[in-house]
Amino acid sequence: MFLWFHKFGSPPHFYRIAGKWIPWLAAIFAIFLISGLYGGLVLAPADYQQGDSYRIIFIHVPAAWMSLFIYVAMAFCGVVIMVWRMKLAEVVLICSAPIGASFTFLALATGSLWGKPMWGTWWVWDARLTSELILLFLYLGVIGLHSAIDDKRIASRAVAILAIVGVVNIPIIHYSVEWWQTLHQGPTVTKFDKPSIHWSMLLPLLLMALAFQVYYVLALFQSCRAELLRRERNSKWVDELSRSQ
Amino acid sequence: MNRLSLTQAFIFLLKRDLTLVFRNRGELANPLLFFVLVITLFPLAIGAEPELLSRIAPGIIWVAALLAAMLSLDGIFRSDFEDGSLEQLLLSAHPMPVLVLAKVCAHWLVTGLPLLIIAPVLAEMLGMVEEAQPILMLTILIATPVLSLIGSIGVALTIGLRKGGIILSLLVLPLYVPVLIFAASAIESSAMGLNASAQISMLLAFLFLAASLSPWATAAALKMSMS
Amino acid sequence: MSEFLNMGGYAAYVWPSYGLAAILLWLNWYLPKRQHQQLLRQLRRRNDKGE
Repeated sequence: MFLWFHKFGSPPHFYRIAGKWIPWLAAIFAIFLISGLYGGLVLAPADYQQGDSYRIIFIHVPAAWMSLFIYVAMAFCGVVIMVWRMKLAEVVLICSAPIGASFTFLALATGSLWGKPMWGTWWVWDARLTSELILLFLYLGVIGLHSAIDDKRIASRAVAILAIVGVVNIPIIHYSVEWWQTLHQGPTVTKFDKPSIHWSMLLPLLLMALAFQVYYVLALFQSCRAELLRRERNSKWVDELSRSQ
Repeated sequence: MNRLSLTQAFIFLLKRDLTLVFRNRGELANPLLFFVLVITLFPLAIGAEPELLSRIAPGIIWVAALLAAMLSLDGIFRSDFEDGSLEQLLLSAHPMPVLVLAKVCAHWLVTGLPLLIIAPVLAEMLGMVEEAQPILMLTILIATPVLSLIGSIGVALTIGLRKGGIILSLLVLPLYVPVLIFAASAIESSAMGLNASAQISMLLAFLFLAASLSPWATAAALKMSMS
Repeated sequence: MSEFLNMGGYAAYVWPSYGLAAILLWLNWYLPKRQHQQLLRQLRRRNDKGE
């Protein structure tokens, strides 16, 4: 079992395995994406109150879920980095950051695009949008700090600490803002506070969520391979690799 | 140097930092001046309508406190970093988190506590209602240490960087948001005559959480920055 | 078909959302891939020089 863990953590091994998996992941992603899009855009009926604009949800909600999931994954990597100093965790953390930031930005932008026809305004200081905005800053902080430190092994430990501290803060931020928002009762009530959602809408939503999940792994593998080459370019395995191609 | 107990080390470091700060007495006034200046800008920018000002006074004071805290953060470790004392502290036999706590205490006594004295004056100038002022003092008392504690993590992470100050703000502000929300809300509630105990409890919770956990994070960040 | 594109009048909001998603997903895949290829090229050039 330990052998598997060690092997998995080894950069050349990961590089090879990731390379093999990428085409398959792309195919699985395509399947989920197409079925999700078809289910959401074509099959699902228009909403009683919101008409067709609600279809933004099929991007907005999965993006928001990914933005949270990826930050937690980064925090997990952070713990692995601080405890075991695993090189692969360092690469996964920093490569996840731009992807997570993109999903966060996407959640915010689609939130605005959904909000404009619904509430008549591009932005509301809704609990979820506000804490999502702060999450974007947390991501940018990770990216900024990592790029500001020259020695990348030290940079990785810095962002590991930042990711861990940040993840503790995410629920705090979310509940603080929610609390603050209920105090200054805005004119908005998010539609999906209702617990029940019809299966014809739920299914495409879940398919899109799965599609985004697979996409994350796909993009992550791609990015990690590049980052590994960059970090390990003076190592023997990279040397052999570049000769064999 | 004789072996010091942990408590003695803590007190020694605290006294040392305070002594060093008091030698540069001019520096002491800076965060305070900044605090006052920022608050003064608001009436100039939004217009001096008393009702408006008194309504947003809690928010203004707390945003100013946040900014003043951020500006002063660099001072926690800067001089020790530059003259090598920080490395010595890291090498000492005492656990770094405790030493960090001592330095953060010193920082708060110098930057956070003075706000307590000047805040009522400013609150009066902004027209904050009398009932809210005790809660204002209470929030400053409880929450400014949290700002110092959380801020110290950010400083520790960026101390080795050239343009550290800019990134420090980006790192620390998201972490400050809950404090801002509850502090401002506490004052607003009491200004409306309502009970602010829920918000105060949250601030106390933040204080205990930050005091117990942040020194560890700061110590780890310092070790990493110095390597 | 035109009804589909019109999205019940909300086309200006729905399609940019999907478009933005497409752009971001494409960028996060394409940019690292391009860097990867550039790195491989650099490494190969370094090998040739070394020989």
